[in-house]
Amino acid sequence: MGFIDAEKRKFFNEVREKSGQPIELCYQCQKCASGCIATGYADFYPNEIIRLVQLGQKERVLNSSSIWICSSCETCGARCPNGINTAEVMDALKEMAIAAGMVKEKNINLFHNTFLNSVRSHGRVHETSMMVIYKIKSGDLFSDMDVGLEMFRKGKMPVLPHRIKARGKIKDIFSKTTH
Amino acid sequence: MKLSYFPGCSLGSTAKEYDMSARAACQALGMELVELKDWVCCGATSAHSTNHLLSVALPSRNVALAQEAGMDLAIPCSACYSRVKKADYVLRNNDDLRKEIEGVVDFKYNGKVNVVSLLEALVSQVGVEAIANKVQKPLKGLKVVCFYGCLLVRPPEVTNFDNTENPMSMDKIVKALGAETIQWSYKTDCCGANLGLTSTKVVQGMVNRLIEAAKEVEAMAIVTACPLCQSNLEMRRKEKGTDLPAFFFTELIGLALGLPDTKKWFNLHLINPNPLLQSLSLAD
Repeated sequence: MGFIDAEKRKFFNEVREKSGQPIELCYQCQKCASGCIATGYADFYPNEIIRLVQLGQKERVLNSSSIWICSSCETCGARCPNGINTAEVMDALKEMAIAAGMVKEKNINLFHNTFLNSVRSHGRVHETSMMVIYKIKSGDLFSDMDVGLEMFRKGKMPVLPHRIKARGKIKDIFSKTTH
Repeated sequence: MKLSYFPGCSLGSTAKEYDMSARAACQALGMELVELKDWVCCGATSAHSTNHLLSVALPSRNVALAQEAGMDLAIPCSACYSRVKKADYVLRNNDDLRKEIEGVVDFKYNGKVNVVSLLEALVSQVGVEAIANKVQKPLKGLKVVCFYGCLLVRPPEVTNFDNTENPMSMDKIVKALGAETIQWSYKTDCCGANLGLTSTKVVQGMVNRLIEAAKEVEAMAIVTACPLCQSNLEMRRKEKGTDLPAFFFTELIGLALGLPDTKKWFNLHLINPNPLLQSLSLAD
């Protein structure tokens, strides 16, 4: 692709390599956008994200909320005539946004970190403590109190985590994959 | 028929009724589920959103355990299924990444174990006809829409199951139980998945769109195969109460087969399905 400068080319190449997707093939048919039910809540359509990557617009893409609001439902990729799995591109962009310190949707990333910390400690996610820790850290203390209590009453929020035996193995997997 | 079984984290808590009904239904249908020993969390959306290598390594640990057990691996949760299936796809098709993952997880992939969703296992290994033959109490008068959600049939090259745009397996099972399934255009839409806690308004919008669409075609209930879909459909709707319950398909199998514990499962729902079932004389 013809780029104005090397920085823009570098960003395009990085996304292409990290996601493993043939981003250059996108010709803006917008099939991804027409099937995307998250578009109503996000700042860019999926085809716009791909176009911005093609143009090397690093700041605009990594600072967007779309990459976080994408729920990875994979409709876009399943329908893409050029075989671009856009959900994989969105994942690569999230990882790059974290590395660049440009996380637009801070609470979504906080949720992911809280979730993975629970997995790292127990081998499985302990939904009850994970939710409480997320609530405290995000400052969103009171929403969902009613459903939370009802779930607790029904025994669907166990107090104690289920810890697996091979926790050393899990710590090992985390340390070998987290840089 | 004997399969390894990976329930996933939600089935021990928020989706207990899915675990209970899945085990009971499979037992009644002659499919023995052996829980994967010391299974680990699949990493879910949180791993694949933040660390690609971790998102393949964590579920690969379960593939390694299933390989040791030597049986195909059945997974009821669509989200867990999607992660483990994708890891298996990577291990099968990407030599470089497979070598790296084998090092991280400390195992040797042999590709002998297949990863299937519980829905696929029931359709392909038990069969719709065999399920129909076991029905004791046909679900007469119950009109439902089947909701497959995102990940049972996508991405098609990974799941390799049913029709991506118009899957019918769950519809066939539910029909075999004597209920009526109504066609609608929302069966593979997204419920908002794990955004429920962080972006509640987004999920409310998505869920209410689904509820409205189901009501438009005059469904009495929604049937799902995913704990996240089920809890979003119950928690994030505009009006609570007893209107339009969301069932796990395994619960309907249990009900039609006349299994004894159905009441225990239904009492765990946030949207009480008992009034609907009583009005159709399908429950006391």
